[in-house]
Amino acid sequence: MAAFELNGRNVTVDAEPDTPLLYVLRDGLKLNAAKYGCGLGQCGACTVMVNGEAVFSCLTPVSMIEGKRVTTLEGLGTALAPGKLQQAFIDEQAAQCGYCIPGMMMRAAALLAKTPHPTDAQIREAMQPNLCRCGTHMRILRAVKRASE
Amino acid sequence: MAACAPSLDSAPSLRQPFDHGLLERGAQLAAIGDCYGCHTARDGAPFAGGVAMHSPFGTIYSSNITPETQTGIGAWSERAFARALREGVRRDGAHLYPAFPYDRFSLTSDDDVHALYAYLMTRTPVHATPPSNELAFPFNMRWGLALWKAMYLRTPTPAARNDASAARGSYLVEGLGHCGSCHSPRNALFAEERDRAYQGGDLDGWHAYAIERHTKAPIPWDADALAFYLRNGWHPGHGVARGSMGLVTEQLRDAPEADVRAMAAYVVNLMGAPTPQRSAQGRELGAAPLASARNGPGRGGEIYRTACLECHDGTRPMPFGGLPLTLSLGLHGESPRNLINVILHGLGPGEGQTSPVMPGYAGALDEDQVVDLVTWLRANLTDETAWPDFRKLVRESAAMDASQLMFPPGGAGTDPLAAKAP
Repeated sequence: MAAFELNGRNVTVDAEPDTPLLYVLRDGLKLNAAKYGCGLGQCGACTVMVNGEAVFSCLTPVSMIEGKRVTTLEGLGTALAPGKLQQAFIDEQAAQCGYCIPGMMMRAAALLAKTPHPTDAQIREAMQPNLCRCGTHMRILRAVKRASE
Repeated sequence: MAACAPSLDSAPSLRQPFDHGLLERGAQLAAIGDCYGCHTARDGAPFAGGVAMHSPFGTIYSSNITPETQTGIGAWSERAFARALREGVRRDGAHLYPAFPYDRFSLTSDDDVHALYAYLMTRTPVHATPPSNELAFPFNMRWGLALWKAMYLRTPTPAARNDASAARGSYLVEGLGHCGSCHSPRNALFAEERDRAYQGGDLDGWHAYAIERHTKAPIPWDADALAFYLRNGWHPGHGVARGSMGLVTEQLRDAPEADVRAMAAYVVNLMGAPTPQRSAQGRELGAAPLASARNGPGRGGEIYRTACLECHDGTRPMPFGGLPLTLSLGLHGESPRNLINVILHGLGPGEGQTSPVMPGYAGALDEDQVVDLVTWLRANLTDETAWPDFRKLVRESAAMDASQLMFPPGGAGTDPLAAKAP
């Protein structure tokens, strides 16, 4: 059992303490924005925010987030009413296959929460743990910049 | 020794082109001395200085050692350079702070000083003035350093004649390589404690482990393994170099193999022959690294199984796969400082090169969880006694900026997969 705040609501999940948060989100809670990429914390597709920090949910046992505040991409807005960051990714057409984009957005959201107007260098440094195999990095960087303006 | 030394002439004694062989030897010696590591700031020009070194007395910034005449050493004669290196005196006669390890560089031979001078005087000149030192009174009074030198400067001893390689290893480790500058504890005057040489020291947020008989390496080092580690920054039985040691190994890649082997043999000799029991344990660990791991209760174990074991299970080859943590000196060593640094800040990717990468957990783990994890790892994956209260170290590491702690990460060579470990 683990209780935490998820996108503003209190949730309690029934899972072994060492179950990765990613599995709890996707399989238990049916929130499928966070993606399984490598399972090793090397690609960033599973990135969510815990207490405002970007973390790899594939490497985060659910017991570790007991009582904490988790935000997933679903917490930033909906398809009908996208949040500012999501709208910026749409405006810049930053997704090609889209698999990495939820993680990219959560990494960016954590950056913008701390640094509302980052420099290009700060954006590059913050986004560095997240990989995109399609090669839309330049659009992703522009989208983060746009969201900060 | 005088409170202030005379100023030396400003005309460089050598302006003619240097011999190519001399430059190559200078480059190799500079790599062994890791001049680059301390004299190159992150994102700064090579050898232009400005790297902060923290001492108990305040912060000292490394100087610009490019051959630029106004802010670097472009106006220095070889005599002035040799005096700075071996006696710690600036060209204008002021004493240098021992963050510059002249207490060991004093052992460097005339020929080697000559080659180093030739190498540095042919680097790209950079106009750059490092920040001013931030030292409290009385440590900002340089004349006091004359006394320090009288107490702590090393003098060369005649080399043993019977074994050239052993003499070479001793000369490089004790002198230019200045291994003891980090790997020895320092006294209240920031001098290495001679009677505890190589028993491990703390510097700039990292712990340099004991590299003499107190070594806690789970698999005892041998000269082949250590030479490979020093030149490649990793070894399958020992893990990857990080922090400032990552910089050292990155430089040693360019050092002559024979010199690195001699240094490795000397250091392994300092460690002494392992007891039969340690050797046997090392062999068992090497054959089945995780067989001895216990699985005790506690939240640390939950974190280990989900966050660590996914990579550190020994199923992927080093250096990209994680080291089985039963082999990690980080867990076995005398201080948990490095383990905590790596847990919180991870290992960043090498700039423009393949390298091992580990995510940092600073955002994911809070202080209590790091303490739980470190305590659990020590209790379940080693036979060592628990570390004394280390919560302060967790707080210190968490407060540090990862980039300041990590240096430009080295670790693996340009093609780690091509390197075959002994």
